[in-house]
Amino acid sequence: MAVDLAAALARPIAPVVALLERGRLRAFARAIGETDPVHTDVEAARAAGHPDLLVPPTFLFSVELEADPPLGWLTDLGVDLRGVLHGEQSFTYHRDVHAGEEVECRRRVAEAYAKSPTRDFLVKRTDFLRAGELVAEAEAVVIVTAL
Amino acid sequence: MNAPVAVGTTLPPLRLPPISRTTLALFAGASGDTNPIHVDLDVARSAGLDDVFAHGMLSMAYLGRLLTRWMPQGRLRSWRVRFTAITPVLASPCCEGVVTAVDDGVATVELSVRLEDGTTTLRGTALVKIT
Repeated sequence: MAVDLAAALARPIAPVVALLERGRLRAFARAIGETDPVHTDVEAARAAGHPDLLVPPTFLFSVELEADPPLGWLTDLGVDLRGVLHGEQSFTYHRDVHAGEEVECRRRVAEAYAKSPTRDFLVKRTDFLRAGELVAEAEAVVIVTAL
Repeated sequence: MNAPVAVGTTLPPLRLPPISRTTLALFAGASGDTNPIHVDLDVARSAGLDDVFAHGMLSMAYLGRLLTRWMPQGRLRSWRVRFTAITPVLASPCCEGVVTAVDDGVATVELSVRLEDGTTTLRGTALVKIT
């Protein structure tokens, strides 16, 4: 087995609280080639009815990576990141999220199972909260292969 | 949108230029996914790979662009993708979507990302409010 499945299910993952910064959001937009100014220009965002820069749909994944170290929930289990693949990812949105807001990520490994003697699957679920209100949810399926 | 959304409606495809090593470095920093396998050739080789490969979440971000330039982002209710193949560095992804169902004002959009050699790297489904 590539990872201790019982430990993955039992070990709590520390929550992450992160302030969504304009500069970081602009860098993210540049990296993905996003040109819609609601993600980079505060005036354009306000003209479109947003209080500040609109956070793009997949950036919530990056909020979780504000953890230190970013993939600590895996490395704390002794996982070698060279053997990690991202299998699936989902998001469900309840509210728009904007620059200047603070988001808390509450995470847990919901499922852990072996696919083969050297390959395991971990299903991590995340709730994203702003001032205690659930604004989005995510699920990641991570494939861990023993090297 | 001008034309009504119906089963069979295709989203305007989003064709990306080749994914450079610079793009991977910028995405690693901006996204916070600092797994060195995407940016450090030495680490990729130590894992038995010939070269680095793109972050799966970069392709999902491209699909996000496909969706939000079709409908305002606030209409996107939920989506799920499966990463089906690695995206090699210098590959040119193309994002596509087609409406496969419309139910109670919500469109089901089947999503895919394909490379120029025909490899499908990502498949998914989005639920998008259309009214």
